[in-house]
Amino acid sequence: MTSGEPLLSSSSRASNLSSVVHPPPLTLNIGSFNCLCPNASFSSSVFDDAQHNFFDLNDEDFVSVRDSSFCKRSLERSASLVTTKEFHSADSQFFQQFLLECPVQERKRMVSWGGAMELHNSSATFEISGASTRVQEKLNKSQRSHRKSHQFEDNLLHEENARLIYISDPKRTNDKYEFTGNEIRTSKYTLITFLPKNLFIQFHRVAYLYFLAIAALNQLPPLAVFGRTVSLFPLLFVLCVTAVKDGYEDWRRHRSDRKENNREALVLHSGQFQLKKWKKIQAGEVVKICADEAIPCDMVLLGTSDPSGIAYIQTMNLDGESNLKTRYARQETTSAVLEGDSILGLIRCEQPNRNIYEFTANMEFKGQKISLSQSNIILRGCQLKNTEWVIGVVVYAGQETKAMLNSAESPSKRSRLEGYMNRETLWLSIFLLGMCLVVAIGMGLWLERHKDQLDTLAYYRKIYFTNGRDNGKTYKYYGIAMETFFSFLSSIIVFQIMIPISLYITMELVRLGQSYFMIGDKHMYDSSTDSRFQCRSLNINEDLGQIRYVFSDKTGTLTENKMEFQRASVYGKSYGSSVLMADPLQESNIAEATAAAVGGRKWKLKSEIAVDSELMSLLHRDLVGDERIAAHEFFLTLAACNTVIPILTHSPSSCCTESQRHEDVEAIDYQGESPDEQALVSAASAYGYTLFERTSGHIVIDVNGEKQRFDVLGLHEFDSVRKRMSVVIRYPDNAVKVLVKGADTSMFSILAKDIERDDHTRHATQAHLTEYSSQGLRTLVVAARDLTDAELEEWQCKYEDASTSLTDRSLKLRQTAALIECNLNLLGATGIEDKLQVGVPETIESLRQAGIKVWVLTGDKQETAISIGLSCKLLTADMQQIIINGNSEDECRNLLADAKAKYGVKSLNCRNQNLEWKKNDEIDYLEIPADKKPSNLPQWHAGKDEGMMSPSLALIIDGNSLVYILEKDLESELFNLATSCRVVLCCRVAPLQKAGIVDLIKCRTDDMTLAIGDGANDVSMIQMADVGVGICGQEGRQAVMASDFAMGQFRFLERLLLVHGHWNYQRVGYLVLYNFYRNAVFVLMLFWYILCTAFSATSALTDWSSVFYSVIYTSVPTIVVGILDKDLSHKTLIQYPKLYGAGYRHESYNMQLFWMTMIDTLWQSLVLFYIPLYTYKESSIDIWSMGSLWTIAVVVLVNIHLAMDIQRWVLITHIAVWGSIIITCACMVVLDSIPIFPNYWTIYHLAKSPTYWLTILLIIIVALLPRFLIKVIHQIFWPSDIQIAREADILRKRPDYLGLKPDRGSS
Amino acid sequence: MNTKGATTSSAGGTDGASDSSSAAKRNSKKPKYSRFTQQELPACKPILTPGWVITTFIFVGVIFIPIGLASLFASERVVEIVYRYDEGCIPTNYSDQKLAYIQNSTTNKTCTRSLIVPKQMKRPVYVYYQLDNFYQNHRRYVKSRSDKQLRSRASESDTSTCDPEGTTPDNSPIVPCGLIAWSLFNDTYGFLVNNKTLKVSKRNIAWKSDQEHKFGSDVYPKNFQSGGLIGGAKLNASIPLSEQADLIVWMRTAAFPTFRKLYGKIEKDLEANENVTVVIQNNYNTYSFGGKKKLVLSTTSWIGGKNDFLGVAYLTVGGLCLFLAISFILVYVVKPRPLGDPSFLSWNRNPSGV
Repeated sequence: MTSGEPLLSSSSRASNLSSVVHPPPLTLNIGSFNCLCPNASFSSSVFDDAQHNFFDLNDEDFVSVRDSSFCKRSLERSASLVTTKEFHSADSQFFQQFLLECPVQERKRMVSWGGAMELHNSSATFEISGASTRVQEKLNKSQRSHRKSHQFEDNLLHEENARLIYISDPKRTNDKYEFTGNEIRTSKYTLITFLPKNLFIQFHRVAYLYFLAIAALNQLPPLAVFGRTVSLFPLLFVLCVTAVKDGYEDWRRHRSDRKENNREALVLHSGQFQLKKWKKIQAGEVVKICADEAIPCDMVLLGTSDPSGIAYIQTMNLDGESNLKTRYARQETTSAVLEGDSILGLIRCEQPNRNIYEFTANMEFKGQKISLSQSNIILRGCQLKNTEWVIGVVVYAGQETKAMLNSAESPSKRSRLEGYMNRETLWLSIFLLGMCLVVAIGMGLWLERHKDQLDTLAYYRKIYFTNGRDNGKTYKYYGIAMETFFSFLSSIIVFQIMIPISLYITMELVRLGQSYFMIGDKHMYDSSTDSRFQCRSLNINEDLGQIRYVFSDKTGTLTENKMEFQRASVYGKSYGSSVLMADPLQESNIAEATAAAVGGRKWKLKSEIAVDSELMSLLHRDLVGDERIAAHEFFLTLAACNTVIPILTHSPSSCCTESQRHEDVEAIDYQGESPDEQALVSAASAYGYTLFERTSGHIVIDVNGEKQRFDVLGLHEFDSVRKRMSVVIRYPDNAVKVLVKGADTSMFSILAKDIERDDHTRHATQAHLTEYSSQGLRTLVVAARDLTDAELEEWQCKYEDASTSLTDRSLKLRQTAALIECNLNLLGATGIEDKLQVGVPETIESLRQAGIKVWVLTGDKQETAISIGLSCKLLTADMQQIIINGNSEDECRNLLADAKAKYGVKSLNCRNQNLEWKKNDEIDYLEIPADKKPSNLPQWHAGKDEGMMSPSLALIIDGNSLVYILEKDLESELFNLATSCRVVLCCRVAPLQKAGIVDLIKCRTDDMTLAIGDGANDVSMIQMADVGVGICGQEGRQAVMASDFAMGQFRFLERLLLVHGHWNYQRVGYLVLYNFYRNAVFVLMLFWYILCTAFSATSALTDWSSVFYSVIYTSVPTIVVGILDKDLSHKTLIQYPKLYGAGYRHESYNMQLFWMTMIDTLWQSLVLFYIPLYTYKESSIDIWSMGSLWTIAVVVLVNIHLAMDIQRWVLITHIAVWGSIIITCACMVVLDSIPIFPNYWTIYHLAKSPTYWLTILLIIIVALLPRFLIKVIHQIFWPSDIQIAREADILRKRPDYLGLKPDRGSS
Repeated sequence: MNTKGATTSSAGGTDGASDSSSAAKRNSKKPKYSRFTQQELPACKPILTPGWVITTFIFVGVIFIPIGLASLFASERVVEIVYRYDEGCIPTNYSDQKLAYIQNSTTNKTCTRSLIVPKQMKRPVYVYYQLDNFYQNHRRYVKSRSDKQLRSRASESDTSTCDPEGTTPDNSPIVPCGLIAWSLFNDTYGFLVNNKTLKVSKRNIAWKSDQEHKFGSDVYPKNFQSGGLIGGAKLNASIPLSEQADLIVWMRTAAFPTFRKLYGKIEKDLEANENVTVVIQNNYNTYSFGGKKKLVLSTTSWIGGKNDFLGVAYLTVGGLCLFLAISFILVYVVKPRPLGDPSFLSWNRNPSGV
């Protein structure tokens, strides 16, 4: 894997720097960690991230070296790393699993050492780094952006390793070091390197080596079975075809590279910005980029059009996230740029690496040293948005940019059927060797028997009898042993196509064709995102027909990940239920009311949100009364307490109804990192609280048409420990408030407790929360409080300190937050709906009918997961739910055992325990109070144990239990339990746990698994599963990049599996068997003949016919059938999902079928050989006539055999099948018309003879009779489901089918 | 299907309209729909209905039985006389030393036998020799020839593929070279009926295409059979290869180890019970490998020589197919299965199953 290198380099960097700053022990430890981790190449990017984070942490520790306890602590930490590595290397096979456990282990260990809080902190970082790059980025931002001390970095960057960039001085920059230019090259070859490199790559395939070996064998004089040129033909053919294909692909890459390289950008050249081609840009140059332009290389920002140095970029191409990200130019340079000064300075930065969330550098500017971090760099592949211009200096160009370093391909998968195929290929090789042995031994025995006669035999000469110098010398005779051996080798050459090497090429072509049709399927085109189906992997089409388990992500996969504000509970009163029920008329009324209410506003949201009229009217009362104020603050919080950036766009047109009112309607688009926040802000806007502008210092909110400016004094971002976010703002009237929103568990504990009146509100809100979450809504609690001056001052002081602090900043910030996040007044709660995608329940239902087990793995909490499960029909009311959520190994074991024994009898107890534990541990983001369980949670019937294998069993398990279960020997218990359940829901699972669960099934069963997801957190699961499907959704493209297939909607899965999967599986299964048959029947025919030629490996067929057989004579129909044949119409397949079962029952390809095929092959080959033998017994038939007869007969036979099995004849099929026969005849005619071949004119003579034709007819009928008979008998007495469905399909559709049936085999 | 497609496309249309820019429409990744890309091309989907199964069998039976009868009949009409002479033509004093006899050039190889014609043989009567156990299809043997050399005088020295019978010791090429030519059959037959010589015509015994294009009319035998070991017949060096009919026939190597080769034609009817005296020059050495030699006189029919195999096979297969047709009729009468009845689907038959 490619990440092996960065891993090593980063660790070497670490040891280098530690040698500079650090006491030796750490170096030692890190060194040993390297040793203990010999198979570093395994490392997934996730591990890489973890690594980086580790160094992150150390970075901060380095600065706090004065801390006397540091040594010990760092020792401990590295020791813990070492131990985990030990664990890893001992069990490297399950590295995924290891990674999955790693964070938790780490945490446990550290906690058990009784270490300080910061250790805990570090483990949290660890966890997050693995979990979500987004969170990581956030962390990086918060940790790094304000760093001011450079002790550590200076040390780092004074190293030889650092990359020196002289700003505006590309000559000096590039003088010393050989930095690459900005030219990129994604193409593999150039004109010169194409041939050798392409050949080298092609010969990596075993198949080609086999071809080569056979061709090489054939060049040896004693073995020259075929003519020398003839034997090279197949190899050359295949090489040429592949080379042309590769060449074409590479040409296209060249073309796109050229286009990319020739784009132009403004580059500073002697004081002026001039246009320059991208490929000419060098490191050190200063580049200016205007709004909406793409960024040509990785640049450090020097200045932007914004005085505060902010620039917004879109990183869609890089990480797929569609929201805008903020980047900052350093204040020092920004002001210089704005004043028009030329900027001269030196940037020291790290060597190029592929971590897009990491950048470490510093800049010497005007004698100052300024640190630079990830937030100061803009990367190639991004786009500048919402910023007029930026100026930056190029630090990495071309191939060294992070985008280019990241463009690695995902590992390829092999199809299951291909695995089985290899097993059968092994059998075929055994046959091959057996036949060769028979020939060789026969040859040996024959020579032994005729030993004395060999000299005088008319047809065998081993000695020259000429009277010259050669007299008495042997002629091509090396003794019986050697002759036997040579005979063995030459029979391998003759029988070479027994191993159907061409099958691999055929399969590739077939899959290509199948993909073409899958991509083109209009039923899998998503018009809402304008995305069609994508086949990213061409190797596993047929696996789609054999899926047994589907692992699905929830958010963005089952649901749309378009958050919609649905319910609000304000001051103990729930709103929004009417909207849910509203009929269109009412809704329009409401909309009108809204329009009237916010008549003054001059902008509109991109998405309209239905509002609750009652709440709306509350908001239009005067600002008096607790309830009214609470509502005001509630929406103010929604609008203010977030990190969403409003984007104003002037929309040229407006709705006809509103156009008369406003000419200059501005559309507001909210860009935020979390869709929840976007939904909340949009909702606030709909209720008249429109977030209008956000800068780091203030926000502007339009409150019912009146713009108000709030100063933002501080912002505590969301983190996974606090599970809440708060913002401190100063009102226009100088009042200072802290507005908080967060998960219910984390919020209720910090509410003000003393006020009596709140009690009612609190209970009501809790009830509402329960209700919302039972409806599958995501809930948040909103609260606020006033800050007194004293509190404010204290907080401000601490906040200043914390946010500029270099050590333990996040901890200090958290402590600061705790100062003000207390005694809050409860304002209310929100319920955001994560809408189910269209057709999800139907899809799940039909997948289930098809016998596919759908497991949902989600990061959401249990209740949300269950409610989504219910709404998408995954869970049904009559199911018995087994809930496993233990917080220790023993507990999990007991739970599992109990569940297994009684299926849920004791679960209530355990659940209560768990709830207590949950309260203590506060892990959840959106937790509901323990005592308010949704009413539709499991009801157990103690007596109903006997339903254990009944399908109405659902297992719900959470991530924490999985940690204990997957880590320990409970795995098999879980597996047994889970597989006997109809539905498995895993909630709150970490990304790597998802992969762990997939692995659990993969390891323990032979069943095929499919993972479907849309986010970065699904990547590991998608890569682990046999088939990975990515949804092109809201969360970016990582999942798609890692997937084998990508599509727009979850519901397409039904069609993908039931229709295309079925077709592909049937086609490929048949294709493989047919190819085995086709080659084996030919080889066996040759084999029988060789037994009649004194084992001399003579082939009656001409060399060319032998070579053409699998390349030209019979290949096209197999490909066409593999692509176009289909047994059932898609309607029938969707109608009867159970037909899918044929796939995972291996009905189209299994050992039994293989052996049946081989017996049939044997019969057919015997018929092929013996009928002509008896017909032309004691006749004057010559060898070439015989060969010609056999060639025609075998080609016609295999094609009719295929024709008999074709289920759907389209014009192309006709052309392919009958065309092949005609082409064969044409080739025979051509070959027989060349006088220098001994077979000259054979076919013309034969064609005149009726015996010839009668023999061929007899061969065809006799050879196919048993097959036809068995087929008919099977269909009469044991009709398969597919057969019946097919009959129903055809008879219902076209009663006149009789007239259209092609004549098969009878002529 | 159709209605669904229509709604999809109309939905697509409205999408495009709402975008209100044709550029967006053009950039859309929406697949272009055609019956081909949707795999909905008009197709016939054959299924094995009882009617078709029975029809197929009856059809095969009805075609095969007449063919079988016709070929059997044709084969019956062929009159064939086979006489094995390799053993009989050894003089009794040499019966223990056949090899010595045949290799000795001084012994008298003439051997006269008389054959009785069992039935009238209409002309032309073909004269074949049949060799047994002679592997003319042995790889070493089949390859040992030079088609270029046979074809034109210019490539006379192209003997690379002919070893070990390629060149004379002084490196001049042997024409025709190779083991095949070297081992040319050299027994001769003379026929007398009522003491009158029957003329054995050698015209048209070889393929015309071979004579005209494969064996050059300007290629004359050279250095042939001059080596230390004489394999068989010698060729008249004044006759071009294209006229050497026996050689041309011999050079079309046989497919099986038991084979016949055309020796000549007798352009005269042979009456039944006529006594044909054969004078055989028994020169060819098959004794070294125990090969048999037979003389065959045979008439011909449209099916070729006398061979009942085709006829019997056709009759058998035809009969079998008729039998199968009848059995399937019975099966369909006794135990019919309604085609395409969903109640026969496995999950409908035993709903308790998975």
